[in-house]
Amino acid sequence: MSKNAQHSDVFESHKRLEKNVTLLAVATFVVVAIGGIVEIAPLFWIDNTIEKVVGMRPYTPLEQAGRDIYVREGCYLCHSQMIRPFRDEVERYGHYSLAAESMYDHPFQWGSKRTGPDLARVGGKYSDDWHVQHLKAPRSVVPESIMPNYSFLAKTLVNVPDPAANLTALRRVGVPYTDKDIDLAATDLAAQADPNADAGDLTTRYPKAQIRDYDGDPERVTEMDALVAYLQMLGTLVDVNSAAAQEALTKEQGR
Amino acid sequence: MESVVRRLGAWAIVLLLAIIAIALTPDSGFAIHMGIVGLAAVIVIIASMRSYDPLAKVQGIFKMPPGPSRYDYDVVRWGVIATMFWGLAGLLVGVVIAGQLAFPWLNLEPYFNFGRLRPLHTSAVIFAFGGNALIATSFYVVQRTCRTTLAFPQLARFVFWGYQLFIVLAATGYLLGITQSKEYAEPEWYVDLWLTVVWLAYLAVYVGTIVRRHEPHIYVANWFYLAFIVTIAMLHVVNNLAIPVSFLGSKSYSAFAGVQDALTQWWYGHNAVGFFLTAGFLAMMYYFVPKQAGRPVYSYRLSIIHFWSLIFLYIWAGPHHLHYTALPDWAQTLGMVFSVMLWMPSWGGMINGLMTLNGAWDKVRTDPIIRMMVLALAFYGMSTFEGPMLSIKAVNSLSHYTDWTIGHVHSGALGWNGMITFACVYYLVPRLWQKPRLYSLRMINWHFWLATLGIVFYASSMWVAGITQGLMWREYGSDGYLVNSFVDTVSALHPMYVLRMVGGLMYLSGAIIMAYNIWMTIAGYQRAEAPMGDTAHDEAADRPILPEPQAQPAE
Repeated sequence: MSKNAQHSDVFESHKRLEKNVTLLAVATFVVVAIGGIVEIAPLFWIDNTIEKVVGMRPYTPLEQAGRDIYVREGCYLCHSQMIRPFRDEVERYGHYSLAAESMYDHPFQWGSKRTGPDLARVGGKYSDDWHVQHLKAPRSVVPESIMPNYSFLAKTLVNVPDPAANLTALRRVGVPYTDKDIDLAATDLAAQADPNADAGDLTTRYPKAQIRDYDGDPERVTEMDALVAYLQMLGTLVDVNSAAAQEALTKEQGR
Repeated sequence: MESVVRRLGAWAIVLLLAIIAIALTPDSGFAIHMGIVGLAAVIVIIASMRSYDPLAKVQGIFKMPPGPSRYDYDVVRWGVIATMFWGLAGLLVGVVIAGQLAFPWLNLEPYFNFGRLRPLHTSAVIFAFGGNALIATSFYVVQRTCRTTLAFPQLARFVFWGYQLFIVLAATGYLLGITQSKEYAEPEWYVDLWLTVVWLAYLAVYVGTIVRRHEPHIYVANWFYLAFIVTIAMLHVVNNLAIPVSFLGSKSYSAFAGVQDALTQWWYGHNAVGFFLTAGFLAMMYYFVPKQAGRPVYSYRLSIIHFWSLIFLYIWAGPHHLHYTALPDWAQTLGMVFSVMLWMPSWGGMINGLMTLNGAWDKVRTDPIIRMMVLALAFYGMSTFEGPMLSIKAVNSLSHYTDWTIGHVHSGALGWNGMITFACVYYLVPRLWQKPRLYSLRMINWHFWLATLGIVFYASSMWVAGITQGLMWREYGSDGYLVNSFVDTVSALHPMYVLRMVGGLMYLSGAIIMAYNIWMTIAGYQRAEAPMGDTAHDEAADRPILPEPQAQPAE
């Protein structure tokens, strides 16, 4: 009997909430805020959330332009960039993805669906020619493919009104571009797609940056150049199989 | 008059700003968007300059009853029409992209490629169809359960039309390639800012109306609507934090990167499901199911328990979208545990809804609207069981990245959200347009069966596709090598993709029948048809069965 009385007390006091919309709204907000605070906030200050690895650097202006095209076309709707630590995935795509490898990705493009294969380590797996042909007409290279054609990319010049502004915006959200990177953004963008141009110290500021004409048309910098430049560098920065990286991974705790 | 002048002035400034933006921007997509904003301003200016009520003419087309009624139904009527319109549009795009996955030549580059159409489909069905249904029903329910009219009636109209502008900007943006590419949060920074303004106005109207109530208690449906509005505001603002490249361009970069961006996104993404598609639609259930059944809500206490536990637990479930990724394990495990716990409050809602029919179960046979509601609740129960199951890491390792997820989402979206919305619209239209009944009940029956069969086709083909693909990816031969190349799995799915498209077509045809039914009801027609659930009466057969007189043995 007393138990029942106690129960009805709880429901009795709930009537206060039912009669006061401010109280109800505030209580609701507090209740829904807790989960996010507990789960998300620590990711910003727990050190081992992102491994310390050698080789990560911000994207070059051309790669970033390619990444912006990848974002624009919604490639992530069919292609993930996140290899899970399973035997079959590691054999199919390469070493499982590290958090550090997307630390400069605004926004992240891990994806949620593999209608097509994972692209986290697609860089260097195919030739530039293959990529260009495959993007223009996927079924001419892979007959069973259901990917849309992207032949317009080869006909469209890269249109970044002010590459320095893009890098500045990225720096504001935490990507460590230097002043020099920003000043030279437009030059870097053009130079990376043109083997004859003077790239200056591009490869010093962006180690492993690949300088070449990507789309087979050295006269102009097309969206195809930018996208293929991005695809060809995916997963190439961190040498996950090197001893140093392996050592760092074994020391990791709490993941 | 003065207010008209002020309104004209404000919209003229909007027009001017839009023109300046078009002149200065180097970004053609952004220019088109500003053109749409400018066009909206021109329409409002022209409409305002007329001396009579600008909406009256259009309202005439939709035969809206003239004059004030006891409640402020104007926005609700517009909301119902918008729900129907965007529903058809979203379902149609869904069928198109389902077709593209089966027959890739249906992609028309660049504007109608799968990658641009898919966000158009998801936004159209979730935010345009679902959102308008939520705005319309919430304005209807809050007035009736509070026994008052809408607070700030002008602001309520702004909420509706402002929301439509948001939809148009978002939808055209995807086709033009203006997207953040964060799932279900694709619109760019300026569209997000606009939605924030609209949403705060929505909150003001909603809470203002509750404050004006003439009932001591706030009815349970309003708790759910309130939780939906408050939480969506929080999720939307945090997940869309971004730095624009320029104030004269559409491009922005997310404030977060990599792993933090991923969890923020799925905290948002999962709770877009939890609060937009669950809490909001449970609110609809809590008003319309008892009304249509003519029975009170089954349990008041259950509604309290499941409300608070549902909203508390849902927020934690986001990490189950990131199992086995680079997200730290502790967060994945938390997400899994809370997702499994979430099963209980979800079923609390289903039980409260289904048990409300106690004493009215016979109506499932005679009332197709009740039948839709029951099916919606059954699918809600089914998909809130499937969800926790898929969030278990071992299951997820097979299902993640496959079509199983797509099938799961659609059994919830088509079965629960779609069906409960259809039922509510069928309930609302005769009442809002002051008609004695709907044009046809038998057409609802057709709609019901087409939609149900469509979902069965959809869900089962995606189960088969998902499990097939998951198993093929991890299949090893006796030689120790992977058996299938990736593209083998793609071609294996082709028949399933065709079946899925057929299912989608059936669901769309049901919705087209509904649109016709609604249109004819609004136009004032009532179809002459035999009532449902009647059994033909045969007078001759209507007699007791008596034993045959037995032959009398001779004496």
